[in-house]
Amino acid sequence: MSDSVYVLLLDLACGAFLLAGVLVLWRRDLAAIVWLFALQGLALAFLVVVLGLYQRQVELVLVGVGVGGLRAGLLPYLMRRALAAGGGGRETRPLVNVSTSLLVASVLAMLAYAVSQPLIRLAPSPATQAVPIALTVLLVGFFVLVTRRRALSQVVGFLLIDNAVTATAFLTTSGVPLVVELGVSLDVLLAVLVLQVLTTRMRAAFGGTDLDELRELHD
Amino acid sequence: MMIVPVALPLVAACLYALFGWNRVTAWLGALSAGGLLAAAVLLARAGEGSGLWGLLRVDALSAYMLIVIGVVALLAMLASPGYLRADAVAGHTGPQAARRYGILTQCLVAAMATAVLAASLGMLWVAVEATTILTAFLVGHRRTRKATEAAWKYVVICSVGIALALLGLVMVHYAAVHAGLSSREGLDWVSLAGHAEGLDPGVTRIAVALLVLGFGTKAGLAPLHAWLPDAHSQAPAPVSALMSGVLLSVAFYAILRVKVVSDGALGPGFCRMLLIVVALASLAVAAALLIGQRDFKRMLAYSSIEHMGLIALGAAIGNGLALAAVLLHILGHGLGKSVLFIGSGRIQQAAGSSRIDEVPGLGGRAPGLATLFGLGLLALLGLPPFSLFASELGIVRAGFAAGLGWAVAPALVLMLVIVAGVGGAAGRLLLGDAPPGAAGGIGIRLRGAGVPLVAGLVVCAALGVTLGPLRPLLESAATIATIGPPASPVGAAR
Repeated sequence: MSDSVYVLLLDLACGAFLLAGVLVLWRRDLAAIVWLFALQGLALAFLVVVLGLYQRQVELVLVGVGVGGLRAGLLPYLMRRALAAGGGGRETRPLVNVSTSLLVASVLAMLAYAVSQPLIRLAPSPATQAVPIALTVLLVGFFVLVTRRRALSQVVGFLLIDNAVTATAFLTTSGVPLVVELGVSLDVLLAVLVLQVLTTRMRAAFGGTDLDELRELHD
Repeated sequence: MMIVPVALPLVAACLYALFGWNRVTAWLGALSAGGLLAAAVLLARAGEGSGLWGLLRVDALSAYMLIVIGVVALLAMLASPGYLRADAVAGHTGPQAARRYGILTQCLVAAMATAVLAASLGMLWVAVEATTILTAFLVGHRRTRKATEAAWKYVVICSVGIALALLGLVMVHYAAVHAGLSSREGLDWVSLAGHAEGLDPGVTRIAVALLVLGFGTKAGLAPLHAWLPDAHSQAPAPVSALMSGVLLSVAFYAILRVKVVSDGALGPGFCRMLLIVVALASLAVAAALLIGQRDFKRMLAYSSIEHMGLIALGAAIGNGLALAAVLLHILGHGLGKSVLFIGSGRIQQAAGSSRIDEVPGLGGRAPGLATLFGLGLLALLGLPPFSLFASELGIVRAGFAAGLGWAVAPALVLMLVIVAGVGGAAGRLLLGDAPPGAAGGIGIRLRGAGVPLVAGLVVCAALGVTLGPLRPLLESAATIATIGPPASPVGAAR
């Protein structure tokens, strides 16, 4: 793969990754949010495969396929199932409205660029220069987590953060050692399963998954 | 040998999965915890070494933490059969829940053992995240609204916190690879500490901040502490003892390891400032919410935030005396807090509530339990002869000696506030007038359940008088946390 094609594909993957993350703020329909999350997982897998092809590492390409299977296949499937069990739904009243959320996202992007300067300075390359994109998605994930009121939206927020961390790992050092990567993937999968079970219990106990109902415990 | 502390609880978990929770298997957990403790002592005597293809590594610090895990797990597991029996009699949980309790608690102990034995930051992270997943259903054990709410908050906040730590891990790896380490060595504690001076300061600074914040979430330190009072008050009492007594310290162990790397790469100032801010914030949060606290389990939970704050303050001071005091404090707090949580479980089961105003005047109604609970609170408030007195004194003395009086003084003020808050609550709970009509006692019989309580208090008091055979281990563990593993020439030079 020539350098120019590599940079082109890398930027394409990162662009799709960022776009899917920001669009989560734009949509309030939970099914669409899950769909966007799957799209982002696909972009992440594509990113890893591109890195693997460029560095001629079969192992990395295979890891990319695995990442795609987990983040674009299995996790969205689990979330769709949780959604179906709850009978669909919309983000009823996010704390911040959509247009403000998108404005906040642009501020977060600038913040991410400022924060990641030391990271780029250590080893400037097309891949590390894309790190701010991953950090933007991380901050967007936080924002989703804080402002959305439905249980499933919070799960998506958490997974956006996790996608962003994974993207950072691959952009900086083509990934952490395989043992760690496997452990991380397993933990994320289990965390989502736990949250899914808790969502079911919450629906049984509270009659819904609106997190504003969670106010029995306080001081 | 090194595999024993991890394998033993896993075997016990498998047996629980096969045979369920019955009169015989109920004591299996205590047996495996006792075996873990014995293995930890043997590992401590054997000295350094690594095993399981280099994935596990033991030194004085990890052996010491393993002993803490063993001691607290033993107390919690000795109390579990009685707790679950009372729960079943009251009709709160069935045999299926008891089986799951057995499996999950044993897996939790195994995950904690893995965390302290992990040779690399990567393994440690995976194990710590696994503890969150394993405890989620233990927190939500009772399936009530409150328990479900607590479990949700717990999983969401801790997973996010630990995701921040993962980002920190990624950045440490990035810095290490560019400092000339191979990808596999890049997360290994020994090579990281040995090559700390070569790490890029800009990247390491971000990484350390993220790691302290992330593992600090699991350790119950401010600002991401909000899950702790809910989770610890809703979990079954022996699980609260495990989570509060040792899981928090295991997460803090990660910070101690990170601090060694940070001190080598950035000098001691950066991590110290970070930890002082976090420590004072935690103490302030605990003090604010302990004043007028109306729920005795939440009171114990906030007290955990206080003690983790103190431990963070000691780690920030960072000299040998302070670190030795920190490690002793971890053990003392584990003992005292387990005793109190187990005792609070008995009170809650007998009275059906954990609100102080619904069980006042316990001293007149259940004198045995009230005495033990009161002694536990005295230990927790740092009164002699209990070991927390010695360790708190050590932290304060080390702080003033290191010229950090400006940080220790406000901490002392906050601790006084906490003594007043806890003392007031304890007075209402233990010494207040029993409500009319309930004067005949609320039927708390101690018998077997009293054994772990008395044992915990006796050990805690004995440690306050003399460290005995623990002293050399404690000292070498403190040295590791102060200057890095002796195997690393760079670490030893400073």
